[in-house]
Amino acid sequence: VLGDMSTEQTELTQTPLLKIWVPWAGGSTNQRRGSSRPQFTNSPTMIVMVGLPARGKTYISKKLTRYLNWIGVPTQVFNLGQYRREAVKSYKNYEFFRPDNEEAMNIRRACALNALKDIANYFAKEQGQVAVFDATNTTRERRGVIISFAKEKGYKVFFIESICDDPEIIEANIMEVKVSSPDYENCDKEEALEDFLKRIECYKTTYVSLDDESDRHLSYIKIFNVGSRYLVNRVQDHIQSRIVYYLMNIHVTPRSIYLSRHGESELNLLGRIGGDSGLSSQGKKYASTLSEFIRDQAIKDLKVWTSHMKRTIQTAEALGVAYEQWKALNEIDAGVCEEMTYEEIQENYPEEFAMRDQDKYRYRYPKGESYEDLVHRLEPVIMELERQENVLVICHQAVMRCLLAYFLDKSADELPYLKCPLHTVLRLTPVAYGCKIEPFYLNIKAVNTHREKPVNVDVTRMPEEALRTVPEHF
Amino acid sequence: MMNGYSYGMEICMTNCPTLIVTVGLPARGKTYISKKLTRYLNWIGVPTKEFNVGQYRRECVKIYKSFEFFRPDNEEGLKIRKQCASAALNDVRQYLTEEGGQVAVFDATNTTRERRETINRFAEQNGFKVFFVESVCEDPDVIAENIVQVKLGSPDYTHCNTEQAVEDFMKRIKCYENSYQPLDEVLDRELSFIKIIDVGRRYLVNQVQDHIQSRIVYYLMNIHITPRSIYLCRHGESELNVRGRIGGDSGLTARGKEFARCLGQFMHKQGISDLKVWTSQMKRTIQTAEALGVPYEQWKALNEIDAGVCEELMYEEIQQRYPLEFALRDQDKYRYRYPKGESYEDLVQRLEPVIMELERQENVLVICHQAVMRCLLAYFLDKTAEELPYLKCPLHSVLKLTPVAYGCKVERISLKVEAVNTHRERPENVNVHRTAEDALQTVPAHL
Repeated sequence: VLGDMSTEQTELTQTPLLKIWVPWAGGSTNQRRGSSRPQFTNSPTMIVMVGLPARGKTYISKKLTRYLNWIGVPTQVFNLGQYRREAVKSYKNYEFFRPDNEEAMNIRRACALNALKDIANYFAKEQGQVAVFDATNTTRERRGVIISFAKEKGYKVFFIESICDDPEIIEANIMEVKVSSPDYENCDKEEALEDFLKRIECYKTTYVSLDDESDRHLSYIKIFNVGSRYLVNRVQDHIQSRIVYYLMNIHVTPRSIYLSRHGESELNLLGRIGGDSGLSSQGKKYASTLSEFIRDQAIKDLKVWTSHMKRTIQTAEALGVAYEQWKALNEIDAGVCEEMTYEEIQENYPEEFAMRDQDKYRYRYPKGESYEDLVHRLEPVIMELERQENVLVICHQAVMRCLLAYFLDKSADELPYLKCPLHTVLRLTPVAYGCKIEPFYLNIKAVNTHREKPVNVDVTRMPEEALRTVPEHF
Repeated sequence: MMNGYSYGMEICMTNCPTLIVTVGLPARGKTYISKKLTRYLNWIGVPTKEFNVGQYRRECVKIYKSFEFFRPDNEEGLKIRKQCASAALNDVRQYLTEEGGQVAVFDATNTTRERRETINRFAEQNGFKVFFVESVCEDPDVIAENIVQVKLGSPDYTHCNTEQAVEDFMKRIKCYENSYQPLDEVLDRELSFIKIIDVGRRYLVNQVQDHIQSRIVYYLMNIHITPRSIYLCRHGESELNVRGRIGGDSGLTARGKEFARCLGQFMHKQGISDLKVWTSQMKRTIQTAEALGVPYEQWKALNEIDAGVCEELMYEEIQQRYPLEFALRDQDKYRYRYPKGESYEDLVQRLEPVIMELERQENVLVICHQAVMRCLLAYFLDKTAEELPYLKCPLHSVLKLTPVAYGCKVERISLKVEAVNTHRERPENVNVHRTAEDALQTVPAHL
């Protein structure tokens, strides 16, 4: 039913930071009807992991959480094992997990309830949108408790079950993340492996998988053998659909992702931002050095991606291999500030310049983009990077910061200030629950293009204060 | 020098062509899925074509008598059907190897393992990847509805009344049931497939090989058949519109505001529960939505095409300052990219998440812009890249799109508020050496 049809036409004003058009309040506290981004879901969502130990639940929980936070959905993991470690200061052995160990059962149940309480708090008080409940949740009883809890609170529930019976994968998991767990600090690898396998056995007797018939009303995805097969049931909304798509695109095959900027450009030398200039002579040197570096890395089946901008393409050309151009990898659009120096921006748009320093992530250049917009446009790139194996991405400063923030789980506040200097390749290799990062500076001099956040971000500041952190240029 | 030019959507699509093979009893939505998927893939720039074996059969056996043709013991029938399948596969091969096709959708029941094996061998011989799409449904209501919607109107039943047609078709389905071997988790574990169960309640996805298969799975998991309507319209007439200027971020004229009011009344009369309203992040669409008095969501992806250096210029000024660019645009309006701006092709890529979400949603009103609306309309009405940039999307009229049978019914509602015309037809002379007069022949009138 549509609301008031009054003929009053509200005037609009553009918010200074985000450049979003909103009704001119004119004094009255009228509630904005126009949300500035599409709504993924209308209630908080609990993602509930299901599966025996060493099936990748924590790996999936952390990775999924990282992805959701990066695309702007506030998400947090609640790992039951951690709650248990708080409650039971030191872990003795697998006997704690025996199904007939009543005392332990009580502790574990109490931990679960605490975790649920924290989840409720996360949604109610901390503006969380998604909570990932990372635990085995292998019995129908336990899942029933969670479902009732969620129903009472009005949360949606989506289960992710990981099923794997390949003993090699399980042992590899255990060696990669379990033997180094706090539980096994005082054991050697062999002891830890042996104990953990017994731990798994404790769960097996009571494990009831999500059932096609009895659980047909639940929303869930079952992942078989690390992704060779999926069963998806009753996806309720957009966010669940995106989660399913993401889970179906990730893999665990070892590989490396190389991130680099284009070689130094003509506009870089002049301290000008944006534009579409070619490489300087140093930049060209970098391109050929990069070519040697890549060859020395002897990478199997390397894919090379660039943007549609001249400077990344020139860099790729020097490699002498096939490459693919993505418009989505183009540098952030600085709108009216394109090709200006920071000094000129300060002179022509001092307020804009200050606002950008106040909130560099959300600030949108007039007729341009924000880092937040960039993340949105880079999402398909990240999705395809997840699908791929060895890739070299030749891109730009702001773009590289966004991609790096995804892999290294950096917050929106840190992202715009990540250091991505010219002529440096970052090699990212997934390991355990995260990403190993190795920088390779290829020893070709280049200008510095990194401008730190100045101390004074007030719109009334003096030009000198604004320009204090501008790096040198011609 | 080797260089791969692509939009990021064509990665891994430049390797092997893909053969999508439908599987399922009659009236399970195979043709619906085939056509819809084909439409989507073509829209995102992947040349795709469907090959419906039923059509080949109708060519071969001019007159359909009855379900008896499909009896498993009808040797003559079986022979003809096998020939038709072969003929279709032959055309598939031609399409994928000689006509630049990237994906072929082989739409038939393919209910036996034997038939699927034949197809697999065919694909292997020709270097095609295979992806099966099986639709399994036992809900009698759904099946009955399917029959009513698309079978009764089939050429097979032009000479029957409804009851006769339904009865015959049910017997036809029976002919397939006994020999139906659904794709199996274990026996078919090496195959790549998606099994769609009960119109999307559940999916089984096995061995997705590459990017295009992943995209297809995502698409299939987002579509639904719940009846609904999508309303497309542009913002009300804007200040720059009346001055014949493109792009920019201006507000509504008085007439534009009048349109917004009428739009509010019109939507109210439509009496839709749970209507979602989407706008771009540009002032003119937001002003239009504000007049509706309901919540709306702003999508940056719905912003008008970025005309780069030509932003806020009149066509006369573009001709004066960038005559070469102006001519190039007329030569290939779909692919032409404004300097420091976008092309229609870029727009389509940017709008893909909007289309995906429109598929998930039910009743939606999208208040957008001329080029954007053309792109969205082209998706729903299956228009080619050549037609798309010239689709008529005048100001102050609403298009109501309602999915029906295999396509979309369109109702154009003009809200009777005057507005300038912003539609510039392709001029006759698109040569770079043409006169200014020739270039500006089709520019609509403005202040």
